[in-house]
Amino acid sequence: MAPTEPIVEMEDISIEFPGVKALQNVRFRLFPGEVHTLMGENGAGKSTLIKALTGVYKIDSGTITVAGGPRSFSGTADAQNAGISTVYQEVNLCDNLTIGENVMLGHEVRSPLGINWKKTHEAAHEALVSLGLGDLDPKQPLSSISLALQQLVAISRAMVTNSKVLILDEPTSSLDANEVEGLFQVMRRLRDQGVAILFVSHFLDQVYAISDRLTVLRNGEFVGEYMTPELNRTELISKMIGKDYGALAALGSNRGRAASADGTPAFYKATDLGRKGSIEPVDIEVHAGEVVGLAGLLGSGRTELGRLIYGADRPDSGEVTIDGVTSEVHSPMAGLSKKIAFSTENRRDEGIIGDLTVRENLILAVQARRGWARPLSRREQNELCEKYLLELNVRPSDPERPIKNLSGGNQQKVLLGRWLATKPELIVLDEPTRGIDVGAKAEIQEAIAALAEDGMSVVFISSELEEVVRLSERIVVLKDHRKIGEIVNGPDVTADTIVDLIATEGSAS
Amino acid sequence: MSAAAPAPASGSGPSSARRIVGAVIHQPYIWAIVALLLLLIINLVKDPSYLGVSVNAATGNLSGNVIDILRASAPIMMIAIGMTLVIATRGIDLSVGSVMAVSGAVSMEFMNNSGGGDAGTAIMAAALALGISAVLGTVNGVLVSVVGLQPFITTLITMLAGRGLAKVITSGQNTSATNEPFRWLANGTVFGFPVIFVIGAVIVAIVAILVRRTALGLMIESIGINPRAARMAGIRPIGILISVYIVSAVLAGIAGIFSTASVMTVEVAKTGLNAEMDAILAVVIGGTSLAGGKFSLTGSVIGALLIATLDKTIVFLSIPSSATPAFKAIVIVVICLLQSQRVRALFARRRSRTTPSAPVPTRKETVSA
Repeated sequence: MAPTEPIVEMEDISIEFPGVKALQNVRFRLFPGEVHTLMGENGAGKSTLIKALTGVYKIDSGTITVAGGPRSFSGTADAQNAGISTVYQEVNLCDNLTIGENVMLGHEVRSPLGINWKKTHEAAHEALVSLGLGDLDPKQPLSSISLALQQLVAISRAMVTNSKVLILDEPTSSLDANEVEGLFQVMRRLRDQGVAILFVSHFLDQVYAISDRLTVLRNGEFVGEYMTPELNRTELISKMIGKDYGALAALGSNRGRAASADGTPAFYKATDLGRKGSIEPVDIEVHAGEVVGLAGLLGSGRTELGRLIYGADRPDSGEVTIDGVTSEVHSPMAGLSKKIAFSTENRRDEGIIGDLTVRENLILAVQARRGWARPLSRREQNELCEKYLLELNVRPSDPERPIKNLSGGNQQKVLLGRWLATKPELIVLDEPTRGIDVGAKAEIQEAIAALAEDGMSVVFISSELEEVVRLSERIVVLKDHRKIGEIVNGPDVTADTIVDLIATEGSAS
Repeated sequence: MSAAAPAPASGSGPSSARRIVGAVIHQPYIWAIVALLLLLIINLVKDPSYLGVSVNAATGNLSGNVIDILRASAPIMMIAIGMTLVIATRGIDLSVGSVMAVSGAVSMEFMNNSGGGDAGTAIMAAALALGISAVLGTVNGVLVSVVGLQPFITTLITMLAGRGLAKVITSGQNTSATNEPFRWLANGTVFGFPVIFVIGAVIVAIVAILVRRTALGLMIESIGINPRAARMAGIRPIGILISVYIVSAVLAGIAGIFSTASVMTVEVAKTGLNAEMDAILAVVIGGTSLAGGKFSLTGSVIGALLIATLDKTIVFLSIPSSATPAFKAIVIVVICLLQSQRVRALFARRRSRTTPSAPVPTRKETVSA
């Protein structure tokens, strides 16, 4: 590898937003043929730094050098012309076009009579083959392939422009283990071709599996640059959160706490709850003060079940009793009025109302339940904000800032606050820790454990099986849109227990 | 929450008056205010006594160009306010002009047939007109929210059907009626001010209070910004969407009464013609995005005043009638340009360029392979 000259060098970068110093004198280097991971908590400035490098934000001071020459980017096109390509967390491709069209968009092969589609698709095929994706048919619509493959298509698209620098901003957050391995193979191939890769991920295992070099940011400041093998995990986490690692380890003690209080009737009980095309009828019970985990692979129906419990989708079968009363929960409004809350995994599309302020987002569900005619007074609103912004450690804690300006983890905390403010008795949390760093993750896990301690019923959905095992008292395992088993948590239950259950059920049905 | 609310004080120093001015300057409708003042100045240059308001000693009525503008702005204000709420939910209401015609047709036909000239007949006529407007609004709302049709198509249909309905009601005639109380709505005065403007202002105030003093505005904005997230947060979009279209149609009905009462005739082919365009323009000039979400009623009122002033100025400057649409278009395009993100960014950049800062060297070069 022997890096000689960095291809990208950012020196003394500072960016200020009204009232916040997003980045202060940060430096960052990218070498050709290396995977360089940017680490830091939510709000540490990772996204801001990436946006400075891709020309989305203008830097207030500092220099960016690309391939030896100083650069000033006044737009994303400038960055792309300099050979910097970005693949974002949410894939930015056109669903309604074919794979080939997406790969070649803006670089179609032209002939005197306009675009030569045959050659364009051939070129797309070549681009895919060079990343080992030869078995994808460029003529298929993009919407027909999985999110993971779409991401690889996005990378092929970036490489068509002969990029020397590839930025992957949390590409793995919605992939399963196999898909991640596929992505890593592509990344290694590109690295060996001399491409410099900037990688962002919250999964430490992945970071250690793929990266050569690490840069750690904290609160918008540069902490250090390290070669990956020279920095062990504990040190890395301490550098990220600026204090000793231990918060996470202590959480394990929640496990094995007296399981479902036998004898007492369940707070929430559903029999044959199902919806055609989304999940086959399921029986599920949640006691007061109990955390029930829903485990399963992506697409196993765990989100769908959560949505049915809240009423986000209308169930077409099943009987639900809440607190001993037979109830019908067929709309979010009905769910809310039965003291059920649902925190979505799809923060951007189903969670935040981007242009509204943090305060307005936080009070929205409480206000919705009160109805439009009984507005919360400004004082009540401020009290709720003060309570939950502090309790959940939202940064920055200014309630009048538009929520879209907050980092992902802090948006998630505001949304959690929105639901807690409704004083629910059952809360369904769908991937509450996805895409957030270890520090915030620990905070959210602690919050969940504390809620259950206070007597709230929790349905916890996560693709990280360790997390499910650590927090839940009972685990409902789902596969292929149906329930395949239920595990009562105990000392001998591990993530492998669940994996085994899913694997052995594989041949059935 | 209200767009007109001054920004929270940051530290001490500037007086509250200066703070309010500062807040207004940052509103998107600042250019509409500038344009409004500019038009008045142009008129003043042509006729220095343009802004003069005289008091009729006998009746106490105020008269003058400003009063005429206020009078003319009332119907536009009504439809612009309704349109603002619809647009905030990501919708559009193209049917307001036709609803105006239907409302005018219903009231004229009713008074013509009943023959009564008393206030009771006038009230009945107005109530009937507004009732039928509300029915049309309900049709729009149900089709948009329950059936899930595109607002553009839905209201385009009611726009065409409404105009037809108006013609059916009057059998294709331009019906006239005589009823002094009804005429008073458009031509009368209270304390010297035109009734039509007073009623308009009161209705605007009622809508503003209804929207901003309850949680309705927050819910409308939530639905406009992110309908899925709004539903997940427990807001019932259907009810709010239907109400918004009903409010828009009823306000259009009021505008229809206003514009027919002044002449006591409904011209089924002309009443409210292109009114939807004026309303949409007023909303856009007022700084509410057609993409939905955040809205400003204050902005739309200013937009309506601007359009009324513009219409009046065109007549006053005796611009040939064939050139009036072009003149109107130019003024509006300029305002919209000044409000656009790009032009604002340009201004911001120029401002920052004049402040001394180390220029970042720009050099074009290609990355060597």
